[in-house]
Amino acid sequence: MRFLLDAEQTAFARSLDALLTAADTPSVVRSWSAGDPTAGRALWSRVADAGVFALAVPEAYEGFGPRPVELAVAFVELGRHVVPGPLVETVAAASLLTDPGPAKRFLPGLAAGETVATVALPGSGPYMLDGDVADVELTVTGGSGGTGASGATVSGAGEPSTGELRLTVVPGSGSSEAPGGRVRRSLDPARRLCLPRPGGELLAAGPHLASGADAALVWARLATAAQALGVGLALLDKTVTYVKQRSQFGVPIGSFQAVRHRLADAKIGLEFARPLLFGAALTMDPADVAAAKVTACEAAYATARTALQLHGAIGYTAEYDLSLWLTKARALRGAWGTPQQCRELVLAADVVSGGARRCS
Amino acid sequence: MDLTHSPADEAFRAEARAWLDVHVPAGPLPSLETEEGFAAHRAWEAELAADRWSVVSWPAAYGGRDSGLLRWLVFEEEYYAAGAPGRVGQNGINLLAPTLFDHGTEEQRARILPPMASGEVVWAQAWSEPEAGSDLASLRSRAVRTDGGWLLSGQKTWSSRAAFADRAFGLFRSEPDTPKPHQGLTYLMFGLRAPGVTVRPIGRLDGKPAFAELFLDEVFVPDEDVIGEPGQGWRVAMSTAGNERGLTLRSPGRFLASADRLAALWREHGRDPFTRDRVADAVIGARAYQLFTYAAASRFLDGEPVGPESSLNKVFWSEYDIALHETALDLLGGDGELAGGQMAGGRAPDGESADGPSAGADGGGWAEGYVFSLAGPIYAGTNEIQRDIIAERLLGLPKGRR
Repeated sequence: MRFLLDAEQTAFARSLDALLTAADTPSVVRSWSAGDPTAGRALWSRVADAGVFALAVPEAYEGFGPRPVELAVAFVELGRHVVPGPLVETVAAASLLTDPGPAKRFLPGLAAGETVATVALPGSGPYMLDGDVADVELTVTGGSGGTGASGATVSGAGEPSTGELRLTVVPGSGSSEAPGGRVRRSLDPARRLCLPRPGGELLAAGPHLASGADAALVWARLATAAQALGVGLALLDKTVTYVKQRSQFGVPIGSFQAVRHRLADAKIGLEFARPLLFGAALTMDPADVAAAKVTACEAAYATARTALQLHGAIGYTAEYDLSLWLTKARALRGAWGTPQQCRELVLAADVVSGGARRCS
Repeated sequence: MDLTHSPADEAFRAEARAWLDVHVPAGPLPSLETEEGFAAHRAWEAELAADRWSVVSWPAAYGGRDSGLLRWLVFEEEYYAAGAPGRVGQNGINLLAPTLFDHGTEEQRARILPPMASGEVVWAQAWSEPEAGSDLASLRSRAVRTDGGWLLSGQKTWSSRAAFADRAFGLFRSEPDTPKPHQGLTYLMFGLRAPGVTVRPIGRLDGKPAFAELFLDEVFVPDEDVIGEPGQGWRVAMSTAGNERGLTLRSPGRFLASADRLAALWREHGRDPFTRDRVADAVIGARAYQLFTYAAASRFLDGEPVGPESSLNKVFWSEYDIALHETALDLLGGDGELAGGQMAGGRAPDGESADGPSAGADGGGWAEGYVFSLAGPIYAGTNEIQRDIIAERLLGLPKGRR
């Protein structure tokens, strides 16, 4: 029992942080939001070169994984630097492609960052993120005969049914589509929500795809939780810096107790989300991951509200970079499972913390 | 990074669980804040101590098992999961004993710790004064040098457990004219039945005498009951305050057990949709606190000091505890207002203990636990003070006027 990141994991986080700091991610986000994915794709390659997507891909298919703890470490940094794109979705795609044929065909490309994937799963809403930029769209359809343990799938009258995994290769990959048609704007300008293209190539079919979708949802939630925690940590850092510089009534506003206490509460929320995230990465239990997801997203969102309030009107403007994190925090809160769905899943088990108490 | 206990630690867990299965009283003990209940809890401490379960982390010489921090956490998980009684010895075990380990003499440890471990001598804390609470250094009670010891005079208040306890510990001003208020203080232990001591119990919100004020009129304390150097009491006491807020004041086992009880109550009430999210948050909060503590323990075992991170802890558990109990009371509806043991078919709870309710999931004990939880954000350094510590020492914000 040593519930701390080891030196290698910490060094990995630091090197990603350095890479992303040097990459000037806010300008990448702005061009991504404006419909020009060139800089975003270049950054995507560098993130892949650092090994991030390989953490979700088995070694047999040119990955390092699956390694959920390291993946969580990486996604905290991706969130901290508000990296755009279907990052979570690419991780989820990796866990869908378990059949040898599709795995061999796509996983090496995902690990290497050559393929950007996006995903739609049963029960996860009608949209797929950044379908206008992704190279491949993966869609799982059909009911589930599985346990529904992740909440992804809805059991239909106890009948095991056959899921289908369909693939659409986006024509002229990387070509951005204009909003309108199947593309919808998110309140986070860096996210475009797309209705899946109909049809597509049937990659696989069978009951195992239902459990595959469950597993993909768990991975997506873990990555989202980590990304949200990173977003929240960045918001807190930026706001702490700001309230030390901004003066009113002749003193820094960070000396006012009302300001200090809001930031202290943000810190508490984030610091208690962190162990849930890494605990969930160790167990990969759907309820643990749901708990981490709801807690990290709520903490990040609460921090966003605090960050906006303490920045005042400047924080409310699109031209000030804080907005990139503020809108991301809101969007992640609902992505891959609403707070309500996650809480439901936590209580679905018959013994809620009994497993936790017997920690091993 | 891992969460797996070693086989030896799991064997320790199994041994603790087996002992608790046999020894935990079938029904709850009477309230700790009554004379009868205090005696019953003292007897329970003796039973724990007889098999060296009262202070598992202490050296064997003083009645412990030298178990280390992780096994202490494991023991606490099992203790509360078993529904065992609240601990009457907590003030001594959690607040005074760590100070004696750090600053006491070998003679003091040998004399004071074994009877503390067995419940034979129960300790009260005597920190606060009528005008010294959060600003503890402004205290005015005096210690005046006399032949072979000190004479204590003044007034202490909000002294938990003092209504029925035997002895107390606290800070006294031994040098009246120091340039700074936290200088010239001495850490002393004294008997609550010594000549010159008057104990006036104070009823808390529900009327139970959970604390008391102490009037001291030239109470003699021998030199052997000074902890650390005279005049250095602040430094000595601060190590105690760190322990109090840090790892040992509230173990996660308590909240895991409470969350399980709450979830069971929620299921009994037909999975009430209106409290569902709050029940889930209570379950998640217990797990978060457990994992946060495991991370803190891992850092501590790596040799890092506990530090100001303990302020995160203190605000978290104190506010969590209230939210959990509020949820239970809301779920219970009209019955939520009933004080312990009156609910039809409910088992009378052991609800007034320092550790809150420990009865089974029968709907009892929540009101007492709620009343107890309300004190959490006030004692052990108010949450406002803790947030100031977080702001200054963890976030690096500029000092401000309080």
